[in-house]
Amino acid sequence: MSVIVLIPLAAVAAKAFSQGLGSFWDSVNNPVARNALAITLGASLLVAAVGAVMGTLVAWVLVRDEFPGKRILNGLIDLPFALPTIVAGLTLLALWGPDSPFGVQLAYTRAAVVVALLFVTLPFVVRSVQPVLIELDQEVEEAAASLGASNAVTFRRVVLPALRPAIVSGAALAFARSIGEIGALLLVVGKIQIASIVIFADIESDAPQAAAALSVVLLAISLVVLLLLRWWGARNAR
Amino acid sequence: MRVSRGATLSLRAVALLYLGLLLVLPVAVVFGRTFEHGLGAAWSWVTTPAAISALWLTIIIAAIAVPLNTVFGVGCALVLVRSRARGRALLDGLIDLPFAVSPVIVGLALLLVYGQAGWFGNWFVDHGIRIVYAVPGMVLATIFVSLPFVVREVAPVLIEVGEDQEQAAATLGASSWQTFWRVTLPSIRWGVAYGVVLTTARALGEIGAVLVVSSNVAGSTLTLPLLVYQRDSQLGAGQISGAYAAATELALMSLIVLLGMTVLAPRRSK
Repeated sequence: MSVIVLIPLAAVAAKAFSQGLGSFWDSVNNPVARNALAITLGASLLVAAVGAVMGTLVAWVLVRDEFPGKRILNGLIDLPFALPTIVAGLTLLALWGPDSPFGVQLAYTRAAVVVALLFVTLPFVVRSVQPVLIELDQEVEEAAASLGASNAVTFRRVVLPALRPAIVSGAALAFARSIGEIGALLLVVGKIQIASIVIFADIESDAPQAAAALSVVLLAISLVVLLLLRWWGARNAR
Repeated sequence: MRVSRGATLSLRAVALLYLGLLLVLPVAVVFGRTFEHGLGAAWSWVTTPAAISALWLTIIIAAIAVPLNTVFGVGCALVLVRSRARGRALLDGLIDLPFAVSPVIVGLALLLVYGQAGWFGNWFVDHGIRIVYAVPGMVLATIFVSLPFVVREVAPVLIEVGEDQEQAAATLGASSWQTFWRVTLPSIRWGVAYGVVLTTARALGEIGAVLVVSSNVAGSTLTLPLLVYQRDSQLGAGQISGAYAAATELALMSLIVLLGMTVLAPRRSK
């Protein structure tokens, strides 16, 4: 465990600060790195937000609705976890790239980055909300309705509070995944400077210290997200 | 909550449209592109020497990484759930770490430890062992990124089945080895199987970490995902058809994995 995981990560941290704090700061606080972090964080936040809404909606349809082919659809939700991410990227390129069958070109734009990230993170929210929705006691909803609450009020006051922990944890996982994703983005990213792509370019151009410095920032962000999630989960469990 | 017919239908339509546009249509287009010049053309793309060697390398790396991670994962889950060893909480926190680390960073980390200027790089160079820019590094990268799956699937099952049966076996005189094989393992087998399926999916499809530590030479250090990437980046001469063909090959492999997931998921929760 420590040989495979900890020592390599320690090497990244050591490399980041190998030329002192000043050069670490310079590697992180320059226009390219700042821009990359801003795009990455912005895209990841958007993906988490859209994923939370659409994931909850999809989970709702999968649990409460009945229609032919629902089981196949349910199986399809896991597709992004099963499909290699480079294939995910290629599928988006085929659909929204230069040879798009609809003539809509999204590839090499920020929209393509968001769509690619939505694809790979789809299962997180759906799969965390679904079991909670199945377990949810519908009698409470009926009680609310019989007391005169409209559907909108019932959803907001009864259903949503019960789902909130699952939605937040799914969205946080999607966010953490988005920050570091590279496979699905390699083909559609074009010239957009996503943080993981900048790190890769730094490695290729033999600038390991710059790559390591940016890596440390990314690592710190995803660690904070996961720690917050764990702390929040423990508080909710009580 | 009684949702009106209209609302139900429109929610269903939105969900189907979203999944259709995001998942189904793109995958269908890739399948279509693969076979647009006929089955023969697609077949010739997946049977080039580079493609065959990439397929084998992908399978070999998975065949090394998956069993290792399975044994490690079951062992780790046992330590986390059953033992009272010190440092358990630390291990629990560390286990998820690979999921929080971007694959590129994993690649960089391996480069910094095992690469030429790396911490242990010299030792390996002196002994004539190539780790980085060679298959061993790619195996290490794959192990790293797919490490937590088995633990994460097995640990909750272990908690749920409890210790009663194991203690009964022990009182009846079974050694801890016998208890593990006869009592513990059978009760966690579906959890293990599901974890193995997830690990396999990740191992077959990993690109970010492997990309950094591979020398990307066709025929020796190119896995199928890397082949897709390489064929797509070499524009011209219909290379893109080759990328589509290799992607379809990978997609078919992941379809098998997906079927495994769908079959195993309900058993696991029983």
